[in-house]
Amino acid sequence: MEPIIEFKDFSFKYRAQVEPTLRDINLSIMPGEKVLIVGPSGSGKSTLAHCINGLIPFSYTGDITGTLKVQGKNPADMSLFGLSKIVGTVLQDTDGQFIGLTVAEDIAFALENDMVPQEELFTRVDEVAEMVDVKKLLDNAPGELSGGQKQRVSMAGVMVDNVDILLFDEPLANLDPATGKRAIAMIDEIQKKKKATILIIEHRLEDVLYRDVDRIIVVGDGRIVADTTPDELLTTDILKEQGIREPLYVTALKHAGCRLLPTDAPSHIESMKLDPYRQSVRDWFATAKRKKGKAETESVLKVEDLYFSYVEGKPILQHIQFDLRRGEMISIVGKNGAGKSTLSNLICGFYKPTRGRILLHGEDISPLSIKERGERIGLVMQSPNQMISKPMIFDEVALGLRVRGIPEEEIRERVNRTLKICGLYPFRNWPVSALSFGQKKRVSIASILVMNPEILILDEPTAGQDYRHYTEIMEFLKEINESLGITIIMITHDMHLMLEYTDRAIVIADGHLIADDTPAKVLTNEEIADKAYLKKTSLYDLAVNCQIEDPSEFVERFIAYERENRMLKENPADV
Amino acid sequence: MSKILSYEEKDTWIHRLSGVSKLIFFLLWCLTSMLTYDTRVLIVMVIFSLVIFKISKTEWKQVGAVFKMVMLFLSLNVIAIFLFSPNQGTHIYGTRTVLFHIAGPYDLTGEQLFYELNVIIKYFTVIPAVFMFLVTTNPSEFAASMNKVGISYNVGYAISIALRYIPDVQGEFTKIKHAQEARGIEMSGKASLISRIKNTASIIFPLIFSSMDRIDTVSNAMELRGYGKHKKRTWYAEKKLKRNDYLTIAFSVLFTVVALIITFADGNRFYNPFV
Amino acid sequence: MKFKFGIKEVVAIGIGTALFVALTEIQIPTPIPNTYLQPRMAIMAFLAAVFGPLVGGVVGLLGHAIGDAMFYGSVWWSWVFPDGVVGLAIGLLAAKLAVKEGGFNNTKTIVTFNVVQVIANAVAWILVAPVLDILIYAEPANKVFVQGIWAFVGNIIIIGILGTLLCSGYSAIGAKSSSLKKED
Repeated sequence: MEPIIEFKDFSFKYRAQVEPTLRDINLSIMPGEKVLIVGPSGSGKSTLAHCINGLIPFSYTGDITGTLKVQGKNPADMSLFGLSKIVGTVLQDTDGQFIGLTVAEDIAFALENDMVPQEELFTRVDEVAEMVDVKKLLDNAPGELSGGQKQRVSMAGVMVDNVDILLFDEPLANLDPATGKRAIAMIDEIQKKKKATILIIEHRLEDVLYRDVDRIIVVGDGRIVADTTPDELLTTDILKEQGIREPLYVTALKHAGCRLLPTDAPSHIESMKLDPYRQSVRDWFATAKRKKGKAETESVLKVEDLYFSYVEGKPILQHIQFDLRRGEMISIVGKNGAGKSTLSNLICGFYKPTRGRILLHGEDISPLSIKERGERIGLVMQSPNQMISKPMIFDEVALGLRVRGIPEEEIRERVNRTLKICGLYPFRNWPVSALSFGQKKRVSIASILVMNPEILILDEPTAGQDYRHYTEIMEFLKEINESLGITIIMITHDMHLMLEYTDRAIVIADGHLIADDTPAKVLTNEEIADKAYLKKTSLYDLAVNCQIEDPSEFVERFIAYERENRMLKENPADV
Repeated sequence: MSKILSYEEKDTWIHRLSGVSKLIFFLLWCLTSMLTYDTRVLIVMVIFSLVIFKISKTEWKQVGAVFKMVMLFLSLNVIAIFLFSPNQGTHIYGTRTVLFHIAGPYDLTGEQLFYELNVIIKYFTVIPAVFMFLVTTNPSEFAASMNKVGISYNVGYAISIALRYIPDVQGEFTKIKHAQEARGIEMSGKASLISRIKNTASIIFPLIFSSMDRIDTVSNAMELRGYGKHKKRTWYAEKKLKRNDYLTIAFSVLFTVVALIITFADGNRFYNPFV
Repeated sequence: MKFKFGIKEVVAIGIGTALFVALTEIQIPTPIPNTYLQPRMAIMAFLAAVFGPLVGGVVGLLGHAIGDAMFYGSVWWSWVFPDGVVGLAIGLLAAKLAVKEGGFNNTKTIVTFNVVQVIANAVAWILVAPVLDILIYAEPANKVFVQGIWAFVGNIIIIGILGTLLCSGYSAIGAKSSSLKKED
């Protein structure tokens, strides 16, 4: 059998860059294979995808050496249109990919461009809509759909063209864990039904491995560092070296001193052979320490019996109450649209509660304006691009102070102090455009911190970030939480984030607060996880399988152990 | 955000008409209403507009908020005309019938009243047509319609994208505005005009930035799915023209011609009851 | 000058129109009662400066017509066309301004942009709009000229300040700088 995609000694350099982004790529993919491509941001994995779907060389130009064949032909000799009949790409940005005014039109888009007659459009759209389970939604506008539904429409929109290769660019980036799981299952079904070749680019490895993949290709610094089966890969240290997160249970097993073998089939916790390792895991559990709890502090923010609805009789939030103590770092979790953002909008004063009170240090904040609240409760939006409005870093951080009429002398002093805290001081006279995404995120946090808020609310602080950037951002938040005593609330659906960095999780499902507990307890409770579209952590399965009686305690100890290891690595001299 | 006019699905023969017929009707109707000042024609048009409005089962709650807005503009405009030019009626109709004196140079003349009445009626010939067009035409089908009447599908698709992304952009704007307000950046308030504009820039800037990114993503997505491959394309949402469509188009053309003939029969566009 | 009508232009018109329409309701109050500046005009000027005359002109026409129809229930055609004129005229400068490439960063470019926008607005609001008002709606000449001048002043202010800020800001962000050094 001929490979459907074949790179031979392939290198690519973008025109505007000095160094090639891809070097000496040798890779063959067979028809019908399901391949996962992982790698940190900037490793070249997206460039690799662009070469396959034709955006390189048709939209992004540069120098190519070596050869690439897709279905036996060089993409450069075809047109982008010709290639679009072979390779279907599902982009990460589901709103960007959803072009039609309704689901049906979006699915039909490729066929319309191909002048397929209308009657045939109807039947073919129906067929694929059935396959991805959106048939009931055909007349809906994109605004009426959830992220997961939009993504299924995107899948349908490329499958309708009967493409042989389906390319998924970070399909999990914007989905809550349960929806992500469903997406992976859907991709698996499609592959089985249509016998298509599937390429998935993603760094959330554990979530993709929910269903089998044939091979994992690890890309690092423009080269292929590994091209092997999941079972094989998980027994090596390659992922760790490349800054990609291993499945948590694999990390736990490694902490317990187990040397995994490919024959143990470690790619699924449910079916993995754990017999040789149970004792070691139990031993490790017995010796591992639990993390120290924080001292009880006074209440900063108290939410009392909060209700909110746009239209009477259709409540968005009901009977929400919790008490936040100074210096806590908590997460608000729940599926998309459950009311998490509404809650932060109420706290910031963008909306007025229908009923109930919000107290800051015991005082009702309802008389405070948005601006006044903003000085005490800072809000950082998901993407720094949604906040940054000045070209220069110093000006951006100074903005909130300048509009408040604070003297320039004091502004300079406060901005510089904040920039130092955020590690941005050396860049103070740089344009924002010269910074990396993670640094921009810091700028947007700095621009809020400069106002000395007591509470910081962050909306999805790490969405779409790879493990290295994730760690960088979260460690920074941890640091300002500890050194400045700022209370931090994070709205997220990243379960690693809540487990590793927060003391407490407030779980919201369908407008109700259904849990207010430690993340380890929440993520080992199947009922809560199900209701809130979370996924129980694989550490739970590992603990249960090893007959550990208190799985949530196992999770706690694992997290404490991880933290300690990380700190040892960072400041070995201090200890 | 205040309530804006938008399509609502209902089952009337007006809803069932193809967007092409409604677009032709709408444009010719606007054209006739612009050209004619013949009161008789205008009155017929108003009555007809109201009848169509009724048939289309458009409800007050769909259009009420916007209607109030139009009435406000209308009143302002009518008053402004009088303040600026109390004798416009006399210029047009050639006679001057003073009803009573108001103050200074301002007399209320019969001609002025009649002229301004015509201005008001003109509004009322178009408003129901705009309402009807917007609430009964499926936007998806509209793009297909434009292409059908010979306009490049690029234009149709640009409009379709605009309609698709208006809610997204509005939502994004609200989010950004809130976050910036929390930082203390407000567009209204007591600040000087210059700083208000600068604050607006700080709110709009992130929106522009994300929109420019969106333009890139959407272009890539369209290109990857073969947009622009051929000189023509087909449309999922297109409606075939039926008997009622041909009748509507024929009526629109006929009405325009007849209305203009009646209007210009006496050599100008005004109907003059004063001579 | 480019009148190319490819995918980029289609999408820029689409998203640009969406921006223009979405900002229809956003108005900046001025010290004069009942008089507001319209940031949407500055958005159009920005889009024209970046994408050229076709995008600028069509966003002006479509944005104004759709925005007014959706928010105000009527389309005042004599004021739709002048918006197109302004967008088109500013768009003719696009190549010269090089906003995306970081060219909108010196006094000369800013002056050129503003001279052109003032001339374009003058033609649009002191000539095209009042003449169309008189021809189409038989409105009194003095009223429509005063209205036109009013609109002219409002638009040159908002484009002059906000439009210039948006273009120069975007230019500064788009510019790639190679001579940056970390400072202590």
